[in-house]
Amino acid sequence: MHVANLMAELEMDVWDCLAAVPDPELDEPITDMNFVERVTVSEDQRVRVDFRLPTYWCSPNFAFLMAFGIRTEVLALPWVRGVEVRLRDHCLGEEVNEGVNSGRPFHEIFAENCGGAVLGEVSEKFLAKAFDRRQEVMLLALEAQGLAAAEIVAMRLGALKRTRFTGETEQRQLPRYLDILARRGLARDDADPAFPTWEGGRIAPEQLRAHLGRLRSTRISMEFSGALCRGLAETRYKEVQIGPEGPTLVDFIAGRVPPRDAPETRR
Amino acid sequence: MYKTPDGKEIFVIDGHVHFWDGSPENQANIHGKQFIDCFYAYHTNLSPQEELWEKARFEKYSEDDIYRDLFVDGPDDMAIIQSTYLLDFYKNGFSSIERSTGMAARHPERFIVNGSFDPRDGEKALEYIHYMKETFDIQGVKMYTAEWNGDSKGWALNDPSAYRCFELCDKLGIRNIHVHKGPTIIPLSKDAFCVDDVDYAATDFQNLNWIVEHCGLPRLDDFCWIATQETNVYAGLAVAMPFIHSRPRYFGEVMAELLWWIGEDKLLFGSDYAIWTPKWLVEQFWAYQIPEDISAERGGVQLTDEIKEKILGLNAARLYGIDVEARKTQLAGKPVQIAAE
Repeated sequence: MHVANLMAELEMDVWDCLAAVPDPELDEPITDMNFVERVTVSEDQRVRVDFRLPTYWCSPNFAFLMAFGIRTEVLALPWVRGVEVRLRDHCLGEEVNEGVNSGRPFHEIFAENCGGAVLGEVSEKFLAKAFDRRQEVMLLALEAQGLAAAEIVAMRLGALKRTRFTGETEQRQLPRYLDILARRGLARDDADPAFPTWEGGRIAPEQLRAHLGRLRSTRISMEFSGALCRGLAETRYKEVQIGPEGPTLVDFIAGRVPPRDAPETRR
Repeated sequence: MYKTPDGKEIFVIDGHVHFWDGSPENQANIHGKQFIDCFYAYHTNLSPQEELWEKARFEKYSEDDIYRDLFVDGPDDMAIIQSTYLLDFYKNGFSSIERSTGMAARHPERFIVNGSFDPRDGEKALEYIHYMKETFDIQGVKMYTAEWNGDSKGWALNDPSAYRCFELCDKLGIRNIHVHKGPTIIPLSKDAFCVDDVDYAATDFQNLNWIVEHCGLPRLDDFCWIATQETNVYAGLAVAMPFIHSRPRYFGEVMAELLWWIGEDKLLFGSDYAIWTPKWLVEQFWAYQIPEDISAERGGVQLTDEIKEKILGLNAARLYGIDVEARKTQLAGKPVQIAAE
């Protein structure tokens, strides 16, 4: 029993670390999106992660990024002796799996599979969108607390960190917003302005509404993908049966995907 | 004809409809299976439960099915059938103009059948456009930029080979170019849903109407920006429509953006049949109002009855040169009927 407990512990460790891998297009952790299907740890502490995307056609460039993200995060766990990542049922699955498990660096594999192309521009574009989405949540939350436009745009990072947020979304997004500010070098010290633009500029108080309008447009686009991806991930392996009560959805791979709880509920 | 709760009759043109064969017999390989499976996941994910179909019917439905779902049970007066070949995935094509035209021949007054071509076929594509014009007198085409063709896994509207095709369309009077921005697989360095090529093509072909299906989603922000600057860019609402049921507030946000940026004259209803059926979409659309707070953020735009009537049919009628009053009279003389079942 002791060994089984240990293995369950280690698996939970892996689930937790996978929450740090985002879907680059949606800016959501792949574990929240239910993309990860299975985690197994062998007795010699080698890890295998199986994941599926919502459709066979999901952007392969992001599939590559997620697969390498999984590998990087799992290998960062101190006890891990090896990792195998498997993307299942995807139009470029073979290429992704061969690449990520070859042990060679991402840029090399990626360039090989796409005629020497680099991901720089498109990654940058989605990082900017992620920034927009996180910033919108914080700005709207401060507005809802009754702060005037001038107070919001003049706020310093230290003051933002000290602000108490009660909503679930704000609490979740605050550390993510601070993280992207720091990683991008937009704001690190408490005295730095808390709400720069992605280009590093400042927002004038009378520009705040227009700025929020632009952030909203970004969110509406991202939400479309997010809602579809969640929904498609949910229904991809289900079929309709028409019974006496009308149509119902039946999971036709039930039993093939091992049941699991989300990591936070297993604590 | 959709009859509103207070008795008004609304002329409905369903701008995005397919008559496809995705059945296992027609699938050429695993990609064909995965393609129809993906459509089916859209259907099961976004339909109300009572509207769900079994897989086999979804893969291949009959001529009677489409007629009943659109015109007898459904409120459509006319439907624009789009052709999509996917010859790398389906032996006889996914929804070919020949098969759709054969189906439509039973009720020609109710259907407009559009063609399709693949610019990567070069000279053959040009010959094929001539063939479609001469044989079927097409007024429009459906372009699927994510289609695979041998080593190529996608193309852009502003590729030189595409421009040669659009020049010919312009010359032959094929004016309505429906664009489906699917996920372009390769080059992988590109944003798979990028809509920038619409901007170039619409600027360079002012005589053509560019109807971007699923209104550029998931790049609605980029699309709105482009469509605002180009007078000949329209938004097809297929795929955005079903959100009216599953996420009504979100649907309101999308409509507010479209009305604000693009305007009421350039939005076209489409059910995307057989992914969804028009009956519940039109009923819910007619009953829908954009929530006040969302509308307020976009200058108070709202879906009034007049605007809904434009979106449901009048805008498409203008693009396809349909005289609505004359057509109503013609259709009244040929009421919908079901073959004996």
